[in-house]
Order: sequence, then structure tokens, then C-alpha cells
Amino acid sequence: MNKPKKPRARKGTFSRIVKMLFKFFPVLVPVTIFCMLFSSVTAAVPDVMIQKILAVIEKWYVTRDWISAKAEIVPLMIFLVAMYAVALASTTLYTQLMAYITQGFLSKMRCYMFDGMQNLPIKYFDTHKHGDIMSHYTNDIDTLRQLVSQSMPALIRAGTIVVSVFFIMLYYSIPMTGILLIGVAAMLFVSKKAGGGAAKFFIRQQQALGKTEGFVQEMMNGQKVIKVFSHENECIEDFDKINAELCEDSRRAHSYANILGPIIQNIGNVLYVIMAVSGGVMFLSGMKNISFSGLAFSISIIVPFLNMTKQFTGNVNQLSQQINSIVMGLAGADRIFTLIDERPEEDDGYVKLVNAKIAPDGTVTETKERTGQWAWKHPHTDGTLTYTPLRGDVRLNDVNFAYEEGKEVLHGVSVYAEPGQKVAFVGATGAGKTTITNLINRYYDIADGKIRYDGININKIRKSDLRRSLGIVLQETNLFSGSVIDNIRYGKLDATDEECIEAAKLVGADDFISRLPSGYETVLSNNSANLSQGQRQLIAIARAAVADPPVMILDEATSSIDTHTEAIVQRGMDKLMEGRTVFVIAHRLSTVMNSDVIMVLDHGRIIERGTHDMLIAEKGTYYKLYTGAFELD
Amino acid sequence: MIKRLAGSVREYKKPTILTLIFIIAEAIIETAIPFITANFVNNIKRGIEINEILRMGLVLILLAGASLACGAAAGFTSANASTGFAKNLRGDIFRKVQQYSFENIDRFSSSSLVTRMTTDITNVQMSYMMLTRIAIRAPLMFTFSVIMAYVMGGALASAFVVVIPLLAFGLTMVAKKAMPAFRSVFKKYDKLNESIEENVRAMRVVKGFSREDYEKEKFGAAAENIRRDFTKAERIVALNMPLMQLCMNINMVFVLFIGAKMVIQSGGLTIDVGQISAMLTYGMQILMSLMMLSMIFVMLTISAESAKRICEVLDETPTLSEPENPVFDVPDGSVDFVNVSFKYSANAKQYALSNVDLHIKSGMTVGIIGGTGSSKSTLVQLIPRLYDVNDGKVMVGGIDVRDYHIDTLRSAVAMVLQKNVLFSGTIKENLRWGNENATDDEIREACCLAQAEEFINSFPKGYETVIEQGGTNVSGGQKQRLCIARALLKKPKILILDDSTSAVDTRTDALIREGFGKYIPETTKIIIAQRISSVENADMILVMDNGKISDVGTHSELMQTSNIYREVYMQQTGGGADSE
Repeated sequence: MNKPKKPRARKGTFSRIVKMLFKFFPVLVPVTIFCMLFSSVTAAVPDVMIQKILAVIEKWYVTRDWISAKAEIVPLMIFLVAMYAVALASTTLYTQLMAYITQGFLSKMRCYMFDGMQNLPIKYFDTHKHGDIMSHYTNDIDTLRQLVSQSMPALIRAGTIVVSVFFIMLYYSIPMTGILLIGVAAMLFVSKKAGGGAAKFFIRQQQALGKTEGFVQEMMNGQKVIKVFSHENECIEDFDKINAELCEDSRRAHSYANILGPIIQNIGNVLYVIMAVSGGVMFLSGMKNISFSGLAFSISIIVPFLNMTKQFTGNVNQLSQQINSIVMGLAGADRIFTLIDERPEEDDGYVKLVNAKIAPDGTVTETKERTGQWAWKHPHTDGTLTYTPLRGDVRLNDVNFAYEEGKEVLHGVSVYAEPGQKVAFVGATGAGKTTITNLINRYYDIADGKIRYDGININKIRKSDLRRSLGIVLQETNLFSGSVIDNIRYGKLDATDEECIEAAKLVGADDFISRLPSGYETVLSNNSANLSQGQRQLIAIARAAVADPPVMILDEATSSIDTHTEAIVQRGMDKLMEGRTVFVIAHRLSTVMNSDVIMVLDHGRIIERGTHDMLIAEKGTYYKLYTGAFELD
Repeated sequence: MIKRLAGSVREYKKPTILTLIFIIAEAIIETAIPFITANFVNNIKRGIEINEILRMGLVLILLAGASLACGAAAGFTSANASTGFAKNLRGDIFRKVQQYSFENIDRFSSSSLVTRMTTDITNVQMSYMMLTRIAIRAPLMFTFSVIMAYVMGGALASAFVVVIPLLAFGLTMVAKKAMPAFRSVFKKYDKLNESIEENVRAMRVVKGFSREDYEKEKFGAAAENIRRDFTKAERIVALNMPLMQLCMNINMVFVLFIGAKMVIQSGGLTIDVGQISAMLTYGMQILMSLMMLSMIFVMLTISAESAKRICEVLDETPTLSEPENPVFDVPDGSVDFVNVSFKYSANAKQYALSNVDLHIKSGMTVGIIGGTGSSKSTLVQLIPRLYDVNDGKVMVGGIDVRDYHIDTLRSAVAMVLQKNVLFSGTIKENLRWGNENATDDEIREACCLAQAEEFINSFPKGYETVIEQGGTNVSGGQKQRLCIARALLKKPKILILDDSTSAVDTRTDALIREGFGKYIPETTKIIIAQRISSVENADMILVMDNGKISDVGTHSELMQTSNIYREVYMQQTGGGADSE
């Protein structure tokens, strides 16, 4: 049989798939395989019956004695029908089971990938293209489906038929079987060559398709610019080149795949003839047959033998057709496993955030129910347990950070934010503003002890608890498909409708939401294209408001919204900031002015810090920004 | 629809026809082979000469060789034809989209156009290959086999009368049931993938709110739902195989039993053993061809959807037409709107612009202010004829824009769009969009004017810096300035900036405007802005409100006469956000 060649897939991918199949369906997979084997074997047996029936005909047709012949044929026929019935039942059973197993397996794989993906660090998403991640769920799953639902059963079925037919043939005639084997070797050789060629070009075709997709995507997005510059013809020229390349790779791949079928089939035909001729020659020349059955050459051996030849080559043909999908499927499976095996975000934090009651004398007790008050539950190495009330005091001490080794982007940054304070970061693109917030909620990790939250080293705090205590409103507002109210509730899953509406009112989003066609039940879809940028931001702000965390990180949106909406969004942000520790990444100085402290960042260093008035008086970078001499981004 | 798509076959008609010829030849040979083999087997049985056997064997091998030659040739030509057809079709769509007006472009989302040019085309290509190879072959094989079976088997062939309708009926039922099931599950599948994409894009939000487990649960439920539907659909299709097997079995039993009776009763005169085995082969071939037909049927219905979507693009008529005797010269940069009304689609209830009258002299600087949805962008997009008016007329240089050759008009009117894009390539390549033959000096000049020279030089590779797809490696303000420079390179008579300096700081913004006044005084400048400071010094300011020009005047005039203008001004010069 054709062992899958692997230009892309790692070793062990195939066996890993098999192991997973057995793990997911410990009963069904063996049952299915059994049914498959059974149905293949029972498919081969009738050939013996046919041979017997033909022999009976041979025996009786000279005397034309139908009655006697019938007596012999009927039991054979009954046996044949019984075999057919059994084969049919097992075929039905295993095809139905296969449908169930394939979809179950794919669903499990999808969930594995998705669950694994949720645990990956942000770094993964920052360093992988979203289109590439998506293709694991679409293209790679599709190839895997092909592999599991088509290729694997074909391997098993055709494999068993080939083997069982082979033994039956040995039973009839060893010399004839030997001739057959030579032909089959030729078939295997050809299918390996052509199949391998096809697989190579199919992978190239896939790459060319990706390239075309990228080009078309860019052009379609910039179509209006193309029009404005009357640049249509140049684009067509570029496209024609890429398109021709794709066509060439695709043509080769399909040529190889297309000719494989006829070649194998006709080798089969030639083999058939050779078998017939050699059978005839042996029969006529009265050569002695060597076989396990001890039967002599006769027409009743040659006819079924020829049928078996057909069956044999037909199944080899089927196997060879699978080479392609096996190669592609394994490459796809390999990519899926790479995603699954990706190292998850590490979290060895053990300090938890718990509901608490804080007595007037300052003693903290843990409670089950929501009290609106929170505390850090901190088990120590000596076995003691302390509770620290959640206040929202965040300190960064001399933080250095590099995304890639050797390329430090933050140098000695220190920031002290006391509960309720508003800290603003100002600076050009790449100055390191977003990096600081990435560190505070541990999207990226730094060396121990440099960042403390309420006096606790944040590396000791469980990530989910740390993040629960920090609200974020990001520059790019990402909402989810679903109703407006569900989007707000995302901030706090057990929030009642009233709480959500309350939050929307607080930040000034209630006004426009109530005017939507179905109010809070309006369904957002397609990346909420039906809302304006400003409206999306308001919903994102309400989402953070309902979570009601003591510390907030606000990354202002850069895109231009009209003055009126901007004023509403600004008011919403201001409301949200009240009474919280807030880190603001500012793109407009109007947001910054009333901050408790403003940090001016440049190339990863804090170059100025102080209140608005102090910084204006200093007449440094901030002053230049304020007077419009520098660009803020 | 088929006619539309067939138009893209063009130079690949020849390989397509060759494929058909080869396939027909192959099918004929393939049906002939069992017929000859049957004779052959009988001859062996009757005890003919070994020479005779070898001669017949040789004929058969030659036939197999011919069949191989035809099959392989068909494989090549059909790969050639189908991929070539796909190439043409893809090129046709791309060319068609290039002809689109803005109105046409608005009708399709860019991602849907991408899908049409990739997945949909691939589907159609597969179908085309199937059609040329199998759709001809299967009915041919079917007919040949039935004829041969009757010729050889006579009464024995009547087995097929029972089996064929049975299989045909079963296959149709399966296809009929499976198709809607698949169609609905594919829709759900698309939705699932959309939600994954959403999750990936919003990963910072998911993690920020610690919603990983919630997302897993949500996804798990959706995935389970899909699994159930998929399984249901697949189980229907899975019936094909046992159905096929059943029919083959019935055929076998029938042929064997009746055949045996006929052979024995006639003493091998009407029919013999060789014929029985040939009948079995034909039976197999007939049923196989039916099976293939049903597969094609399923495949075609899947790709019919794709074909439909492709035709939507091809059938769209570009809404702008070239005049018969176009004007090739734009005399000056004056702009006149004469009683212009415009709406985006014929069915829209409301006009985006109604009865606009506006006269801009060549070389003027005009500012436009107004809230979201006040049709500021709409107004300026009529000048380079990105859309055609419904009523009235727009004139540039005193001539109706519809009378110009469209390239002439657009090279004289440079527009920097609000949603602007840079393309992957170097900065210089991007700038050359404005003028392919621009010298380095001209490029530098334009960049100076757009205040981009300084930051470009700060990049290690300067003008050769590669812009990534979507322009992600330059800041918003930098991107806007590059886009302005690109437009300036056209040396336009009219320059339109649609909110193109929103991310640029106020000082640079002022410098750009100052430069315009100094270096391109003859060019008419039309500037849409959110910031009052961007339009303050214009010769004329338009205040747009709800599709109408509500006020016109200079800054000081508008401060007196326009409520809207005054309000925006108050909001922006401090106090605005807090007072209310």
C-alpha cells in the first residue's frame, strides 16, 4: 500500500490522529473498523460463490437438465444472498457510524483548537496573522475531514479487499497470482510518481491561491483609491501576472491528478488481458496448475480469476486516488497540531480575588455572596493566609521590557498610581504607551516584583483575577455578534438587564441605544457595521462600566469622529473614570489636562512627568505638544 | 447564467472540445473491452489455437493502450481547459470590478468580492472539470453499456429495468434530502467561522475581562450544534453506498439465476457463460455511471451557488458611461453645482443632496464643515464624477463633468479620500501612483508640501521604506500626509481633502495649508474638516446640514450668521465639552 509521503507533515502525525480517534470513540472506532473489515471480506466471498455457480452451469448445460442444476444452484444462491445481506448490513452500519465519527472528531478538534487558543498569550495573536489563524479552522479542518472520512476508510477497505482477494487468488492459482503481482508493482510505481507530483503541485497551488487572495484583498479594499487615481490598467497588469502563475501551478497539479486514474485503470485493463491470455494459454497447453485448492485450470477458474483481477486493480486504483488527500490532510493536521501544541499562557499566580466584608476596624473576612467589596486572598509559604482589601494602588518600579530579546522598548519606567488617581501617558507612536498597559494586566510578563498591585507582586496574582480587577477600553472597539445588551453584559456575566441599562445610562449610551430599531435587543452583526464608530465606543465603555473594576485602562480611539459624538464619548469616559485608578493613553490633550499626573514618553523613557500646569511651565516636550508643534498619535 | 460563464472559456474552447472527444473515445473503447473479452473467454473455452488467443490478446492490449492514451490526453486537456477557464473568469471579474463606479463598489463588500475570486471560482473550476470529464462520460457509459447489455444478453438485460429505476429513485431521494440539509449547515458553518474570527480579533477584550472560559463554553455549544446538523446531513449522504451495493447485489443475483437457467435450458445456444460474466461487468458499469451522475448532481448544486455569486459581479452594469465625444482638456479649476440633487440608490427615499447651488472660482480655498451624515463627502465626490447626479449638473472649468473623458477629469481633480489606503510597496512606489513618471525632485517637492519629507527622511531607508499591507507600519498622521503627497503629484487643477488631516497635529496642518497658499495658488482647494482651525482661513466656508448647504461665508461672517458653526466653534475652543 502507499505509505503517505510527507513533504510537510512531521512524523507521527498520522499515528497521532489514529490515537485521538481511538481516544474519542473507544467503542465506536473499533466497531466501525470491524464493520468495514467485515463488509470488505464479505464483498470478496461472493466471487467464490459465483465461480461455483458458473461451474454448475458448465456441468449441466450440455445435458440441459435445469431441474438437477437448480437443485445445486439454489442453495448456492441462498448462501450468496445471505452473504450479500450481511455485507449490506455491515456497510450500512459502518457508513452511518463513519458520518457520526467524522463529524464528532472534527467538532472535537475544533473545540481543542479553540480552547487551546483561548489560553494562548497575547503574543501569539500579535505575531500571527489573523487570516493564518483562521485558515486552521477552515482549510486545515477541511483537509482533515477528507482524510478521516474518505482516505482512512478507503485505506482500510481497499486494503482488506486487496489482501483477501489476494489470498483467494492464491487459493485458485499461484502462477496466475504471480503474474498479477508484477502488474500491481507497476501500478504502485506509477501512482507513487504521479501521486507525489500531484501532491507537490497541489501544495504549490495552495500557496499561489493564498498569494492571489492577498493581492485581491488589498486591491478590493483600495478600489476607490484605484478609481480616483485612474490606476485600473496597472492593477489589471499586476493581477494578470499573479493569476497566470496560479493557473500554471493549478494546471500542473490537476494534470498529474487527472492522468493517474486512466493510467492505473489501463494498467488494470492490460493486466486483465494478460491474465486472460496467460490463463488461456495455460489452460489450452494443459499446463499443471499450482494452487492451495488443487484445482486444475478450467474456464470456471479463469472467469472468476479475471473478475478478481478487476476487483484487485480497482481497489489499488482507489488507494492511489487517495495519495493526494492523504498528503494534504496530513499537512493540514500537522498545522492544527502545531496550534494545539502551542505553549499556553503561563500562570502560576496563587493570589485570588474574593468577595469580602471589611469591618470598620479594618479586618477583612471572606464571603461567598457579592458584597461589592473585594479582597486579595494571599496564602503564604509558611501556611498563613492574609487578606488585603482591593484598593487599586498600582506601582511600576524601574521596569525594563523587550518584546524581542535585545530590543528593549521600555527603559527604567517607574509609575506610581494611588487609588483614585488618573495617570495619563502621552507620546508618539512607538514611544511605549501601549506596552506599559500590556504589562499591567500581564498580556506580557516581566521579571518578578517590578509591578505591584495593592502591594502584591502581580506575578503572584492569578491572571484571571488580576484582569477582573482591571477594566479596559481599547482603541479598536471590538464588539461581538449578539444583542446590544449582551455586549454590555460581557463586562459582568451575571449582571441583570437593569444593571446593564444603568451602566449605559451612566456613560451616556442609553440615549442612542433606545433609539435603535429594537433598543437594547438590537442584534449587532458583521463587526457591528450598522453602528457608527462613536456608538461602538460608547457600548464598549458601558461594557467596562458594568464590570465596575477599581482600576481602568483607557486607550483612546484615534479615528476621527465628529465633534458632537466625540463630546458624548468623552463625557462617557469621564463618568467611567470617576473614583477609579485610571491609566489613560491619550491621543487628544483635552483628555489629559485634568490628570493627576501626566507621563510624557519618548522612545521607551519617561522624559517628563507632572500635572498639566507643571508641564506647561516647564516648556518642554509637553508644552510643544500642547501648542501643536508636535504630533500626537 | 451558463451562457454568461461560458463567455469566459474563450481560447480554452479547443482543449475543452478535445477533452470531450478524448473522453468519448475512451468511453467507447472502455465499453468495447468487456465485449471483446467475453468473446475471448468463450473462444478459449471452445478451444481455439494459441495463436488466435495471442492475436486477440494483442488487440485487447492495443485497445487498452488507446484507452490510456485517450484518458491521459483528456486528463491533460481538461486540466488545461478548466484552470484556463478559471483564470479567464477570475480575470474577467477583476477587470469588471475595475470598470465599476463607486456606486457599484458600494454594492459589494470587499470580502465578498475576494471570496468570489477565490473559493467560488475554485468551485466552478472543479465543476467545469467534472462536467468535461465525467458528465459526458457517465451518460455515455450508461448508454453504451445498456446497448451492449441488450445486444449481448438479450432477455438477461431486463434485470436492469428493475435495478436502474430503483437506484435512480434512491439516489434522487438522497440528493433531494441532503441538499437542503447541507445548504443550511454550511450557512451555520460560515457563522461559526465568523465567530471564531471575531474572537481572534477581540482577544484582548476576551482576556481583559477574563472571559476565556465563557468563550469556550459559547463555542462548545455552537460547535456541538453544528456537529449534530452536519452528522444528520452526512448520514443521509452515507446511504448512497449501501444503496449502490444493494442494487449491484440484486443485479448479480438476477443475472446469475436467470442466466444459469437460460444457459442450461438452451444448452448454451442463446447465451453462454462468457456472456453472463460480461453482463455482470456491464451491470457494474451502468450502476457506476448512475452513481457518478448523482455525484455530479450534488457537486453542481453546490457550485451553482458560487456561479450565481460570480454572475452577480459580471452582470452588474457600471453606472458611469463615457460620453461619445469626450472633452480631453480641463480649462481651469472652477467648480459649479447647478441645482444638484443626488441619492445613492434609485430606491432611496431620501436625497443625500437636494437642490445644491454652489459656485467656486478657480484657485479659491473652500472649507466644508458639518456633522456626520450631513453629506459633506457626498458633495465633493460628485466633482471627480465618482457618482452621477440625479438632477441638475456639476461643472468643472465650465463644462459638465459628464462630457469629459473620465481619466482627463480625474487627473485634473485630485481627491484624498477619507478612508484612504496605501498599498504594499515602497513609499516611492506609492507616491508614483500620482504620476508614474515623476522625477525624484518632483516627489520630494510634493512631500515637502505635504510636510512628509521630514519623517520620510527619518526612516533608515527613506523613500525606499516598504509600506506593509494596509499601511500598518506608519502612524495615522504619517499615512494621511503620504496620501496628500500622492495626490499632489498629479499636479491637479482641483485638490479635494476629505477629512485628510484629522490625525495630523494642528501645527503641521497649518503648515500644509500655508504651503498650499504659497506654492499652488492656482489650484482650487476644497477642504472638509472636523476642526474649525483647518478651515478658518478659507476664502469660503460651507456649513452642511442634512444634505443641504445651510450657511456660506467666511469665518467672521459665519460666526455672526450660523448657529451650527458657532456651536462647533465653542465646543472646540474649550469649554465646549464641559458646558451643556
